[in-house]
Amino acid sequence: MSTPLVEMKNVSIAFGGVRAVDDVSIELHAGEVVGLLGHNGAGKSTLIKMLSGAYKMDAGEIWIEGTRATINSPADSRDYNIETIYQTLALADNLDAASNLFLGRELTTKFGLLDDGKMEAETRKIMARLNPNFKKLKEPVSALSGGQRQSVAIARAVYFNAKILIMDEPTAALGVHETAMVAELIGELKKQGLGIFLISHDTREMMELCDRVAVMKNGQMIGSERVEDVTEDDILSMIILGKNPKAKT
Amino acid sequence: MSDHSPTTPHPKRSLAQTLQVDMRLLGMIGSFFAVCIVFNILTDGRFLTPRNIFNLTIQTVSVAIMATGMVFVIVTRHIDLSVGALLATCTAVMAMTQTQWLPNIVGLELGHPLIPWIAIAAGLITGAAIGAGQGWLIGYQGIPAFIVTLGGLLIWRNVGWWMTDGATIGPLDQTYILFGGIGGTLGVFWSWIVGLVASLAAVFGLWSARRNKVAHGFTVKPIWAEAVVMTLTAGAILGFVAILNAYSVPSRVIARNPELFGCATAEGCTAAYGLPYSVLLLSVVAIVMTVIARRTRLGRYIFATGGNPDAAQLSGINTRLLTVKIFAMVGVLSALAGIVASARLGYHTNDIGTLDELRVIAAAVIGGTALSGGIGTIYGAIIGALIMQSLQSGMAMVGVDAPYQNIVVGAVLVLAVWIDIQYRKRMGAKL
Repeated sequence: MSTPLVEMKNVSIAFGGVRAVDDVSIELHAGEVVGLLGHNGAGKSTLIKMLSGAYKMDAGEIWIEGTRATINSPADSRDYNIETIYQTLALADNLDAASNLFLGRELTTKFGLLDDGKMEAETRKIMARLNPNFKKLKEPVSALSGGQRQSVAIARAVYFNAKILIMDEPTAALGVHETAMVAELIGELKKQGLGIFLISHDTREMMELCDRVAVMKNGQMIGSERVEDVTEDDILSMIILGKNPKAKT
Repeated sequence: MSDHSPTTPHPKRSLAQTLQVDMRLLGMIGSFFAVCIVFNILTDGRFLTPRNIFNLTIQTVSVAIMATGMVFVIVTRHIDLSVGALLATCTAVMAMTQTQWLPNIVGLELGHPLIPWIAIAAGLITGAAIGAGQGWLIGYQGIPAFIVTLGGLLIWRNVGWWMTDGATIGPLDQTYILFGGIGGTLGVFWSWIVGLVASLAAVFGLWSARRNKVAHGFTVKPIWAEAVVMTLTAGAILGFVAILNAYSVPSRVIARNPELFGCATAEGCTAAYGLPYSVLLLSVVAIVMTVIARRTRLGRYIFATGGNPDAAQLSGINTRLLTVKIFAMVGVLSALAGIVASARLGYHTNDIGTLDELRVIAAAVIGGTALSGGIGTIYGAIIGALIMQSLQSGMAMVGVDAPYQNIVVGAVLVLAVWIDIQYRKRMGAKL
């Protein structure tokens, strides 16, 4: 097989004695969607936050496209073209869509001042592609609906040509129609060759969207299987019992 | 993802909407004028005289300078209780530098042209260092800003005392005291020049902002509306200069030293004060701080951090270093305010800047800065400082007793915040 886009090897992190993620290894290939499943507190978000730079791992290695990566901060993660859409969306509610989209990576004029005009124009362009109904460009994002806020968060990840995309519960707050649009977008990004980590509680949705699912329980990796090889019941038993029925004994 | 909200029609647009001026700015300017007019009636026209407006302006400068920095502190959900004490330590350093250390230790003679500038530099460095230190304790060590600066309030007030042995230090350098207000003004001619340049710059700024919008294909307000805003802005600047220029120097002051006012003899000599250097300093501070707030990454990060600290951090913003920078800025501004305050007195006194922290916080809050973070404007804080000073000196002119004065100012502070909350509720903001 080709070199994985991301390889997390034997990664561990503990918070005050609790091993939130315990010796977990996982890989992600280009053009692949990997779903992370598990109960609340299973360690899915924690694992992914080490990749996005929000947490610093205690032990283990991250390899990106065959080279060892050092990720100590969200900025490092962005330098490796890793973009994250957080469950909380991580938007500054008092700022408008353009300011949020470019937060931390503002476009500037030749004098080093913010180029708000250019940023707004770019925001209009990408929003026209992602969500044609999006019109409230001048208002703080606190004035937007859940779906509109989500599209700002997604635009932020898509705009900067991510290679690796992490989506933490991207459809949790959305209606049926909006969920379908997220699914469509995931398919499109996959075709463009992005690798996507998807976190969700919805097993059925994961079976539809993902190529592979990885199940975690109590900070440990129970197993990762191609979706065509398992049934929904198999996955559920992995989540609940913490055992992989497919594992060779 | 789509929104199903119906597009709300805008059949009728109010004048303010067409002009696209900030409603809150209008509200604050309106209440400032209301305060002025009420006091003008109560004092039989003594409040709105060029002389009183001049005095009001120079009394506001020190607090207003610090309030611009307090906006950034409050926007990032912190507070700084130490600005008044910090001001005192900075003025102590500056006063000691110019009257004791440079003449006695370095050997520069009193009146040496370098003395005021070295003293000012020493004060600014002191302010920046203390501010950065407090910011480090808050940002990197996680001690709440309230505690660090409450400690700072006690420490820096008394470090100033210790450095001067509690004595009043002065008289201060002749050049240095030009920053105090009435002792250092531009005169009629240069005031008009500054006013004209500022008006032209404002009009040019508005025009280039419009051109930039057109270049990106955004909708712009009608050209007549743009012209109205330009005229009002330029008119306000020139009107302010005209008022200050109308305050003529009393003949007995001219008689003391006619050459200072460009006359050979006091006979038939007339002169006006014009723009004080201190007001010019405040204007420069206001412009720089506004540019930082609106047009730089630093400002964008300050507001983003105030709106959602987690989001800011996840966007790769170093919020700890940001805290150090903000408090260092406040330190520098406290030193600048200290120059104005001590130059106005002509001395460094032990109690200089006492209770300024409360005036500064009140000015920022009256000016619309939200303690919940993420919201605030520089111009708001300056108008807030002006409203506070007008109330105080207006009541003093009317002859209201000191306790009543403070009761009124306290009530106005609470009222202003209540009105702001009601306004935001009306506008449907969730913040």
